[in-house]
Amino acid sequence: MAKHLLRFGALGYLAVLLLAPVVMVTYRTFEHGLAPVLSALSSPEAQHAIYLSILVTAIVVPINVVFGLLAGVAIARGRMPAGRTVNLLVTLPFAMSPVVIGFALFALYGRGGWIGDWLALHGLQVLFSVPGLVLATAFVSLPFVVREVVPVLEEVGTDHEQAAATLGAGPAYTFWRITLPALRWALAYGVVLTAARALGEFGAVSIVSGNIVGRTQTLPLLVEERFRNFDGTGAYSAGFVLALISLFVVVAMTLLSRRKEHP
Amino acid sequence: MSIDAVGVSKTFGEFHALRDVSVSIERGRLTALLGPSGGGKSTLLRIVAGLETPDSGRVYIDGQDMTDVPARRRGIGFVFQHYAAFPHMTVWDNVGFGLKVARADKTTAARRIGELLDLVHLSGLSHRYPSELSGGQRQRMALARALAVEPRLLLLDEPFGALDVKVREELRAWLRRLHEQVNATTVFVTHDQEEAMELADQVVLINDGRVEQVGPPEELYDRPATPFVMSFLGATTHLGGELVRPHDIDVHDEPIAGAHEAMIERVVALGFHSRVEAVLADGSNVTVQLTRAQAQHLELRVGDIVFLRAISATVPSPSPSPFAEPARD
Repeated sequence: MAKHLLRFGALGYLAVLLLAPVVMVTYRTFEHGLAPVLSALSSPEAQHAIYLSILVTAIVVPINVVFGLLAGVAIARGRMPAGRTVNLLVTLPFAMSPVVIGFALFALYGRGGWIGDWLALHGLQVLFSVPGLVLATAFVSLPFVVREVVPVLEEVGTDHEQAAATLGAGPAYTFWRITLPALRWALAYGVVLTAARALGEFGAVSIVSGNIVGRTQTLPLLVEERFRNFDGTGAYSAGFVLALISLFVVVAMTLLSRRKEHP
Repeated sequence: MSIDAVGVSKTFGEFHALRDVSVSIERGRLTALLGPSGGGKSTLLRIVAGLETPDSGRVYIDGQDMTDVPARRRGIGFVFQHYAAFPHMTVWDNVGFGLKVARADKTTAARRIGELLDLVHLSGLSHRYPSELSGGQRQRMALARALAVEPRLLLLDEPFGALDVKVREELRAWLRRLHEQVNATTVFVTHDQEEAMELADQVVLINDGRVEQVGPPEELYDRPATPFVMSFLGATTHLGGELVRPHDIDVHDEPIAGAHEAMIERVVALGFHSRVEAVLADGSNVTVQLTRAQAQHLELRVGDIVFLRAISATVPSPSPSPFAEPARD
């Protein structure tokens, strides 16, 4: 009896908290049929927002994969003098509010900022442009790959790498043939999480982007603008696309975590 | 390949794994590094392999100073306790890894892999993944992998430690034959004295970061250099302040020179032999092991007074070994 109550309670809570909003978005999106949705999504600003979100994600994911691998190996294999500190530092983006991250980048790269003034001297613009969006997105999604890679590296240990060394393999060969294959599912998991976060990022991006329609407006920024302008169908349609991506991510993660447990 | 470790020390934090160890291992031999867990034997093997760097001291392989040479250039084969099988490669690819690294000619490599799989009786399983093998099969695969590059020196770190008793015994006999076939210098680490006695030509007994004694197994058993060696390599008992093997005590029913008077407290028949527990006049306990025939002949009963005398030399007297400098304190 108690078990059933617990199960029912947990499911009910999840339904109200998670499922109902998603269902609501879907309902509102298609309330007036498919035509308004298609026209809302095919407008030039919507098309550009989708394109920009995908572009930023496509740049950020490889950057964070490479950084995450390097940092992960350095932390787990103890080749970094302050490994623990670095580990904490890498987790910082999780703990910080994205808006604060946005402000921090704004201050650093904007007028009067340490890097911003130097960049301005050389005619480079980071804020209100794609580099700024990439920077903010890379910052907030930094921990995902590292945090997937480190525990796997610690679990598999160094025996395989040492075995490869005794068989004549150099460090680079060992990394490609032994370490990387061991990390493939962790890495795929990290990529999916990073991509999801990058596509959905709002807080930090909203500060550094300037929200210039058709130039620096990403999909989440578009949703927010349409919502403010009482464009119900427009906001819901764009929101639906984001929710659809999230659903895809959840499915991918479920499949990947199965592979992770049974490699 | 001969190995000479000279004055090797290694600490991990506060822990002294090796304290100024010097030892020589002869070419072509099957040598056991024997000792209790945490005694430093694995650390010594890993230093020889180049998987660990000594804090001080040098390692020579065939007279060449290899201390600063990375593991991959030492020409060794290493077998890990937990196999270290590459999980994403088939048995075939695992065994062929070293040949691929060395960019061996494909047909030559295929032939060599085939031969090795025959040697370790895994020919039928070459397309399997390590997760589809038993522990014993994995360890045989790991051995074939180590042998593929024709190492001058085969090093095995507790190779049978993770296997169950029956498989362990099979693999022991098999390793002995293998050593004779491949004609490499072989060194293995074990904490199992029986394994060392059964397999090795030469035993290096290591305890608390020091070499206690080096020699053939029977020499260590019969002429232990220290009380530690004696008690590590077999059962011991105290008789009149001396350390004795229980089967090296004579039992007499009449007083004779050098014998200790004792009263029998317990007689246990254990099939082939009997164990006699007795108490000396000073209250100390002694255990004697007799053959069944001896025990029957003496007609020992609880409460009987007997006279016990050690047969062989018992006082452990450190004798200089030809193979190692005695560990300094």
